[in-house]
Amino acid sequence: MMYLKAFIVGGTLCAIGQILIDKTKLTPARILVSYVVAGVILGFFGVYDKLIDFAGAGASVPLTGFGNTLANGVKEAIAKDGLTGIFTGGLTASAGGIGAAIFFGLIASVFGRSSEK
Amino acid sequence: MNNHEYKKYAQQKVSPSPMGKNLFFAFLIGGLICTLGQALLDLFSFWGFEKKICFTLTSITLVFLSALATGIGKYDDLAKYAGAGTLVPITGFANAVVSPAIEFKDEGFVMGVGANMFKIAGPVIAYGVSASIVGGIITYVISIL
Amino acid sequence: MSKKKGSTVFLENKPRILETASIAGQKESEGPLGCYFDCVITDGRFNEKSWEKAESKMQRQAVGILLEKTKKANSDIDFIFGGDLLNQCVGTSFGLLDYSIPFFGLYGACSTFCEGLCLSAMAVDGGFAHNVIAVTSSHFCSSERQFRFPLEYGGQRTPSAQWTVTASGAAMVCADEGNFAITAITPGKIVDKGIKDANNMGAAMAPAAVDTLIKHFTDRQIDENYYDLVITGDLGVVGSSIVSEQLENAGLVLGNRYTDCGKEIFDIEKQDVHAGGSGCGCCASVFSGYIFKKMQEGNLNKVLVCATGALMSTTSTFQGDSIPGVAHAVAVERI
Repeated sequence: MMYLKAFIVGGTLCAIGQILIDKTKLTPARILVSYVVAGVILGFFGVYDKLIDFAGAGASVPLTGFGNTLANGVKEAIAKDGLTGIFTGGLTASAGGIGAAIFFGLIASVFGRSSEK
Repeated sequence: MNNHEYKKYAQQKVSPSPMGKNLFFAFLIGGLICTLGQALLDLFSFWGFEKKICFTLTSITLVFLSALATGIGKYDDLAKYAGAGTLVPITGFANAVVSPAIEFKDEGFVMGVGANMFKIAGPVIAYGVSASIVGGIITYVISIL
Repeated sequence: MSKKKGSTVFLENKPRILETASIAGQKESEGPLGCYFDCVITDGRFNEKSWEKAESKMQRQAVGILLEKTKKANSDIDFIFGGDLLNQCVGTSFGLLDYSIPFFGLYGACSTFCEGLCLSAMAVDGGFAHNVIAVTSSHFCSSERQFRFPLEYGGQRTPSAQWTVTASGAAMVCADEGNFAITAITPGKIVDKGIKDANNMGAAMAPAAVDTLIKHFTDRQIDENYYDLVITGDLGVVGSSIVSEQLENAGLVLGNRYTDCGKEIFDIEKQDVHAGGSGCGCCASVFSGYIFKKMQEGNLNKVLVCATGALMSTTSTFQGDSIPGVAHAVAVERI
């Protein structure tokens, strides 16, 4: 059941992105920025966690989930460390994904080469 | 014909994006990537990791898979059909980091790979982190009031 | 007596196109015109370290084939007019370095081939040169990384987007050899109708082509039946349909005497190139590979080539500027 919910919620979040690509002048980069910022806002209001409880990876895997991770990280860090948490929380919580992207990107660039299309 | 009229006229000449097809593939492939994420999430929690760690491990695994697909030149083939379906999930973020890293290898590892890695994905981090700091300031102010 | 009437230069001394040479990539060779190119590179990197070096090599090879075909030595060539799409035209600079021929670097975006032919024809007609080469190239991969995204980036192309052609074309313009003369040229002015969408270059460049073509027909006082073929450079499906409609509105009904290199070089549906081909190499290779051979075979006698260029940069696009276009027309006729 969780798989179906993940599929539908994740698919819907992507389909909304597709509508934005096809129907507006928004470039993909702007759409991603909007998704992350939307995730941050919903995260601060605690709304997004409810969606994750409902759809699991269907809500955490899209970039809105990344925004939510940033927001939760900041909230937790403030609770723990106070003022400095405002600045450390976001990147600490999202370090896994960002660190992996940087490292695997570097590895890929050592071994890979862009191919002709 | 003034500029405004010409723009409208030119727009008529362009065949519209195949919305139905695009939406279908974005939904399908985006949904499948999330379902894969769910499977990973379940797998990690089956192995006994704590809930928060499971989410992080899932992200790392998806980023790895995307980097691999990008490295062997397959991610863009999927994206041609999937559109937002491969853009919106975290795999799209990984692709946006890995693809310039590979592309700008010709310019060297420091100023090519290193400097261009966040050429496309940079804005996501810049605005995501800044938004979280703004939210943090508000949360902090409310908490001390 | 002035050689110029209206916007058109009449070349009374009849500079000739002696020969042409073309080289194209794998995808282009799989298109409808594949069999006409002199040489096909199956590996896009052309055994070089970068896409840029591959493009340079392509241009070097195109000039090499041309010199071989015409049996001329480097020292016989007075000038070479060349350009490409890369920043500061490095594709051409490095490509032509070893030839030691006096070089004029041109940037007319995708109109560069006709710009080079115009200048070559005038240099020869004016008696300043005997043998001149006009050459251009474009490479899908080097353009993509400069103007759009890394090759492995997962993006979706819009239906109006065009596919940069991997090809190079070169033409030799001589004073007194050859059967095909450049009789008239109409250099175009910069036309901007405010199109900002870099994924719809055809629509951005079409007004420039319309402007140049109408001036050409008016200045020469000829009707729509004069040429066997009128061909624009790289307007693709969208741009060429605008041109034929606008020309019809102006009273020039060319019908199937008009086509576009970007439409001809690929099988639009099968090769998944959306609105067709683009790039300096598009017009250069289609003219050098296909059209000139058809003229030599006697299937075409009078052709008007009108290459179109979109004069934008990544900086101007990011700063929200529109895309100005330019188009230069060159009339080639059997004598």
